[in-house]
Amino acid sequence: MHWEMVMGLEVHLQLATHSKIFSSSSTQFGAEVNTHTNPLDMALPGTLPVLNHEAVTLAIVFGLGIGAEIGKVSRFDRKNYFYPDLPKGYQISQFFEPIVKEGIFDVPLEDGSTFSVRILRAHLEEDAGKSVHDAIPAHTGIDLNRAGTPLLEVVTEPDFRTAEQVIAYLKALHALVTYLGISDGNMSEGSMRCDVNISLRPKGESAYGTRTELKNINSFRFIERAIHVESQRQQDLLEAGQTVTQETRLFDPDRDETRAMRSKEVANDYRYFPDPDLLPIVIDDATIEDIRASLPELPMAKRLRYTEALGLSNYDANLLTQDRATAEFFEVVAKTSENPKSAANWVLGDVSAALNKEGISMSDAALSAIDLATLIVRIDDNTLSSKMAKDVFDALWQGETDVDSIIDRKGLKQVSDSGALEVIIDALISENAAQVEQYRVADEGKQKKLIGFFVGQAMKASKGQANPQLLNQLLKEKLG
Amino acid sequence: MPPAFKSIATLSQELKNGEVSSRQLVEQAVARIDTLNPELNAVVCLEADQALANADQADAKRAKGEHSPLLGIPMLHKDIFCTQGMRTTCGSKMLADFVPPYDATVVQKLKDAGMINLGKCNMDEFAMGSSNETSVFGACKNPWDVTRVPGGSSGGSAVAVASGMVPFATGTDTGGSIRQPAALCGITGLKPTYGRVSRYGMIAFASSMDQAGPMAHSAQDCALVLNAMAGHDPLDSTCDNTPVPNYHQTLDHPITGLRIGVPKEFFSSHLNTEVATAIDTAVRELERAGATVKAVSLPSTDLAVSTYYVIAPAEASANLSRYDGVRYGYRCEAPSDLQDLYFRSRTEGFGAEVKRRILVGTFTLSAASYDQYFMKAQQVRRLITQEYDSVLNEVDVIAGPAAPNTAFALNDTSKSITDMYMEDVFTIGANLAGLPAISLPAGLVNGLPVGLQLIGQRFGEAQLLNVAHQFQSCTDWHTRRPTLEAVR
Repeated sequence: MHWEMVMGLEVHLQLATHSKIFSSSSTQFGAEVNTHTNPLDMALPGTLPVLNHEAVTLAIVFGLGIGAEIGKVSRFDRKNYFYPDLPKGYQISQFFEPIVKEGIFDVPLEDGSTFSVRILRAHLEEDAGKSVHDAIPAHTGIDLNRAGTPLLEVVTEPDFRTAEQVIAYLKALHALVTYLGISDGNMSEGSMRCDVNISLRPKGESAYGTRTELKNINSFRFIERAIHVESQRQQDLLEAGQTVTQETRLFDPDRDETRAMRSKEVANDYRYFPDPDLLPIVIDDATIEDIRASLPELPMAKRLRYTEALGLSNYDANLLTQDRATAEFFEVVAKTSENPKSAANWVLGDVSAALNKEGISMSDAALSAIDLATLIVRIDDNTLSSKMAKDVFDALWQGETDVDSIIDRKGLKQVSDSGALEVIIDALISENAAQVEQYRVADEGKQKKLIGFFVGQAMKASKGQANPQLLNQLLKEKLG
Repeated sequence: MPPAFKSIATLSQELKNGEVSSRQLVEQAVARIDTLNPELNAVVCLEADQALANADQADAKRAKGEHSPLLGIPMLHKDIFCTQGMRTTCGSKMLADFVPPYDATVVQKLKDAGMINLGKCNMDEFAMGSSNETSVFGACKNPWDVTRVPGGSSGGSAVAVASGMVPFATGTDTGGSIRQPAALCGITGLKPTYGRVSRYGMIAFASSMDQAGPMAHSAQDCALVLNAMAGHDPLDSTCDNTPVPNYHQTLDHPITGLRIGVPKEFFSSHLNTEVATAIDTAVRELERAGATVKAVSLPSTDLAVSTYYVIAPAEASANLSRYDGVRYGYRCEAPSDLQDLYFRSRTEGFGAEVKRRILVGTFTLSAASYDQYFMKAQQVRRLITQEYDSVLNEVDVIAGPAAPNTAFALNDTSKSITDMYMEDVFTIGANLAGLPAISLPAGLVNGLPVGLQLIGQRFGEAQLLNVAHQFQSCTDWHTRRPTLEAVR
């Protein structure tokens, strides 16, 4: 039998606010345990939550970014369950009326086509703290630094059929939120966490099978692997005539398997009810329009512009728009050099390779876009050969600035003066009469090789500074 | 008037005139607490040394010519308010050793106004009760008859004022917890409009109804203190930023033409007939003072108690989840695992009434009963609110009894749990609707005080206090004091 995978995603995005969603504690990652806490974060008696409106703005930015409807009146609810890292015994979330309602998110695929994901909702909530198992012997400690960090939970409809679609969605989502500046999207620090609801059904069937939920997988690679492993497990069960149990499962990358975490049957009844400590969030049209006006150009629009107005390939446009820093860098280079294709080649080629080599991202690079643009201009005006350009680029990457002064200092100026080149060529012709004779009687193939020989000699004579195109042209004329 | 029973207004004048010092007032209060408290059990924490030091500072300020009305006046806080560095138990074993690292906004504001806090008052555990008998510190006794309850949950506060320990104490009122004990102890207690006074640092019972208010001998005293207590607080999102009027300034306005509505549903079979007579007499007194009285109807009054006992426990079940033995508060001995830690800490740390309400609230919020109970109760709450609002479009003030009876006997085993809940039948409406309401002494039945309740328009505290003060200007019920023969 042929099986079809059906998947829906819940992604928790940590919003890039300075302080927590209901308290003034810092949200900075990596602080010493329990230092970013105050009486509210510890749920001391009598403390009350006060909404951080920065989180609301970021949620609206996200909603507008995916073209979703913004809830004009949304509310906070209490989700009740006991866990040591949940200080109040309930999590403040939005259950009944989320701030972001339905939207459609178009995910680009490599072939230039797009895949539409229906976003069901996105709601604000607070993060829990975490249990620390290795700090105190024989005890579990609780670190509440993360407790109260603002999260936006983005829930999709079950629209995914392949792991590739899931990864493409997550990458596009990552690109979107980093573009919008609403989350750093850092998966290893937990700023972007993904739960996958997955089930199988016979191909052609419209009813859904029983699903399992894969929780908190923190890298694209593991998500892909977890989907593969879990779908295989479900397929084996179904083909053996057994049933899939609805449950939450954890992916163990070391053992390459998923394991049941807790069964939904015994799971909590969360007893959601409106939180009486917080007023409804009321958002007027003017606020929405102000935020809309402040939105940057989104990745999808950028891609379209890159292919249509700048003439780039889908593939390049996709790569360049993966993160905002890269796209913005590219745009400065393209605009200043007036050569978008060359700009794309440099950014995706040498720049990208250099970044990878150092393991840093575009936003951390010291390279100036203006310098790179000047470099391209100097190639285009024949000042530099491509080989010389690489030398200049290396210098720029090492922290030198000002392309023209690097060219001067290294004496890299390409000789494009035909008079000067003719002198060299005339000397070569008189010194290599035999080769000149051979050239005149040779067929086209042989001629090419001989031209190569002369170019090599001329380069040597010009100390590598002769303009190769011009050299070729002049040689052909003179040998002709 | 014996010194111990003097009002804030009088004491303030005496302080200003230099007839008495704040230190002397605090010393008198401490001495009186030492004498009366072993029997009455109204005070559960007394910090005399700190209070004396603060009194000296207040006296120093007076000496420099500072004369704000509350400067140097001794007081007590209900033990539901967090007091920095001072144990705050909420009447529960769960918080027997809890010392907050911060002050509640109310505590801070009264401190800023110069009041001298002596300590904390007994209360029903987590404010859940109408008799003050659910306190971990044991029952508090009514100074008018020590075999009777003072009412609750702010029983200790009512007794501390009624017995002359201090002229003022804070209370909180979720379903009647200021007004019912004020009525049973013969003092004046105001529950402000929901959102008038900050809830920050006030330990939550039912967050959508909890409200702090003053408990004192007179409406005038309540007005003086409310001036300091009320106002917007950025730490409480539900705290309103409607400007705070000077409540003292309008006390003397005549009430000629004031429209008073008397709901017929308040004079039902729940109401003791002698109490009914006293209330009727009191209303006629207001009529003599120039008010017009008309019969009104609040048809859903009978639904109020059941509505309240769905919503309040639901909110409480979540509010009290934080007491889990993990970070602070009571933790059971040697838990075997996490489940055991939760189970035994909460079983051992909470009293029976608190556990009953947590269970009721957990049930009414559960997926299977949410629509039937919680949602339905929210609908009825809206209905009740509409009824009050519509009556308050026709009249300025609603008048009726604060409690169906005078103080009842301690340890009355014939009283069922639901009988106890019916104590709040006349007070709960104002909580569900978020309206301000005051209880003031309006008679004695068999030597026990009766409370007249006045319910006002949203943010109509000034009018309520005005009407109450006018009543107290032509009656003397608020000056009656218990003899305390059994105590001395």
